[in-house]
Amino acid sequence: MRAVDAVVECLKAEGVDVVFGLPGGANIPTYDAFYDGGIRHILVRHEAGGGHAAEGYAKATGRVGVSLGTSGPGATNLITPIMDAMMDSVPVVFITGQVGTHLLGTDGFQEADIIGITMPAVKHSIMIQHPNEIPRALHEAFHIARTGRPGPVVVDIPTDLSRADIPYEPITDVHLPGYQTFTEGNTKQIRQAAKALAAARRPVIYGGGGVINANASEEFRAFCRSDRFPVTQTLMGLGAFPAPDPQWLGMLGMHGTRAANYAMDEADLICCVGARFDDRITAKLSEFAPRAKFIHIDVDPAEISKNVPAHIPIVGDAKNVLAKLLAEYEALDTDSSRLDEWWQRIAGWQKQYPIEKSFTDSEDTEIKPQRLIQAVYEATGGDAIITSDVGQHQMWTAQHYHFNEPRRWINSGGLGTMGFGLPAAMGAAIGCPDKTVVCITGDGSFQMNTQELATCAQEGIPVKVIISNNGYLGMVRQWQELFWEKRYSQVDLGKYPDFVKLAEAYGCHGVRLTDKTTLVDDLKAAIATPGPVVVDVSVTREENTYPMIPSGSAARDMVG
Amino acid sequence: MGDPGTKDVLTLEELEASGNIRTGRKHILSVLVENKPGVLTRISGLFARRGFNINTLSVGPTDDEQVSRITITLDGATHPIDQVTKQLHKLINVLKIRDLEPSETVARELALFKVAADSGTRAEVMQICEIFRGKVVDVTKRSIIIEITGTTEKVEAFERMVRPFGLVEMMRTGEIAIARGRGET
Repeated sequence: MRAVDAVVECLKAEGVDVVFGLPGGANIPTYDAFYDGGIRHILVRHEAGGGHAAEGYAKATGRVGVSLGTSGPGATNLITPIMDAMMDSVPVVFITGQVGTHLLGTDGFQEADIIGITMPAVKHSIMIQHPNEIPRALHEAFHIARTGRPGPVVVDIPTDLSRADIPYEPITDVHLPGYQTFTEGNTKQIRQAAKALAAARRPVIYGGGGVINANASEEFRAFCRSDRFPVTQTLMGLGAFPAPDPQWLGMLGMHGTRAANYAMDEADLICCVGARFDDRITAKLSEFAPRAKFIHIDVDPAEISKNVPAHIPIVGDAKNVLAKLLAEYEALDTDSSRLDEWWQRIAGWQKQYPIEKSFTDSEDTEIKPQRLIQAVYEATGGDAIITSDVGQHQMWTAQHYHFNEPRRWINSGGLGTMGFGLPAAMGAAIGCPDKTVVCITGDGSFQMNTQELATCAQEGIPVKVIISNNGYLGMVRQWQELFWEKRYSQVDLGKYPDFVKLAEAYGCHGVRLTDKTTLVDDLKAAIATPGPVVVDVSVTREENTYPMIPSGSAARDMVG
Repeated sequence: MGDPGTKDVLTLEELEASGNIRTGRKHILSVLVENKPGVLTRISGLFARRGFNINTLSVGPTDDEQVSRITITLDGATHPIDQVTKQLHKLINVLKIRDLEPSETVARELALFKVAADSGTRAEVMQICEIFRGKVVDVTKRSIIIEITGTTEKVEAFERMVRPFGLVEMMRTGEIAIARGRGET
């Protein structure tokens, strides 16, 4: 069998039903196999779009995404999605073409050492050195991408090797002596954690994207509800615990709620599940949760005690550990009234600082960006898959769109990649064809991968793009306003381009909204329009995202 | 089990309990890796991007041709050793890591010293060489090359002794280490 046909067979064996990519010289053989190989291929307009689409697909479905690119620039265009997948633990296999083995190391046309370039950005990478290695390499790539802490794996196939004739046998085992995952969690440590929780007077459960990656949302909810534990989540964890809910404090971190951040600040015990104490969560590390002891549950041992020393470390898959923790906790004789005082304190913050009051609505018909997100929530009934780009609109979406199910909120958290939203929405829409998929973006971010509108139009991918258009690189402008004496350096994007015309040029439906009084109905109509739609919404130009922990400050010093 | 500095193999499970400890002493990590292209780059790249500073590193074959051994020494005063080993463990090609306990370990490095020595000083330099059980491997009218094997401390002590004569060049391999006793390193 041709090695490239074996590639297609391997993908089928892994359950792959769709791949995202763009052909080039070095991977023409692979594309010949895709011509009638029986796997759907989405032809993107830029490899980065394909990489992010594979991420969106993976995040929405929980399956491994696949992204293809050719050698040289095709492969280097994938670096941003690879790093993005690394930072947010997204299982994606990237298959790159490479120049022929006789050209390797000679600076051949479209040669790039993609294994070398991506080394700090991958969970693992494999350079094919013999065509017979291809089936095992692909099987192991999928295994590594999806198990343990998920992540990106690059498989680089030189073009001459991909043309070889090889004996194909489906691979079902893995031979990875250096790869171990610990998923069960240490029973003794789990029991100790349960006891610590039972004794805590001011506990907080702090959940992250790991809960969603482990498909542990149900276990997480059951555990949180085994007592009246206050629950907060990171940007990546939203949806694992339903919002709103009486136990829900809102998101924590730089643009989280005061209730969540103050609760972390005053907690005596923080139970972290699948999160990594990122700097956007801890703010000033030396003043982070000064009174708390920490339980840290994570499938990656290297995350434990990396930033914040854990008193009770538990290495394991969130799904397994939470089920055991719940059983251990329920076996204890606990009295929830010990949390009364704590809840009174929290309720005070919730009442005083509700997120709905983090902005003032306009008095005329001008649309406040926060109001736009609330309107999207209303127009979709809270039941859409929402992707976002990066910046103010991302934070407003996290604050004002109440996610009540996992895998409904898809955004670039760790790397903060502008241009992620549209391709990710494409991938999500293909993975979940029955769901409404809305990309909430900004006029800055959207322009970083606008070309994928052509992909949406051609493939009939019914993504609804909503642009919160303020004509600025808004988050940078906000920082310049607050910390750089309003010296707005290179953030004004003007009124370019005309997004409605642009959408139409790409064969999508375009509409512009400017009136807040009809906003919800207008959005409903736009979302109900078949096919890909771009909604350009003019919002208040200089609006700030609040509340906010200024960079370098402690959580209790939130402003706005 | 598994505390930095003990002779036990550091497995992921055991690493659970160890915190972000700075031990304040030199550590010798003995790392078994798959003998595949790019493995050393993965390790050195990891050290570079995590800001871990390697003192010495030496690579060589083992009795199993599919496996190489990398011996790394680094300073536990400036590095959280458990973070270093945990991050190394995440590399798929890394098979086994051992943080060798100094008292349970034989560690040696090889050094070559080119020292300025003429007829007036040669005898004195050779006397020092003898005290350190070194070997003279080359002599010219104006210089002498000495081979020294031993612990880092011994090599450094020798360097201090010959430097006043005029140290033309010095080369050191970095330490390799093996655990004492019958068990495998």
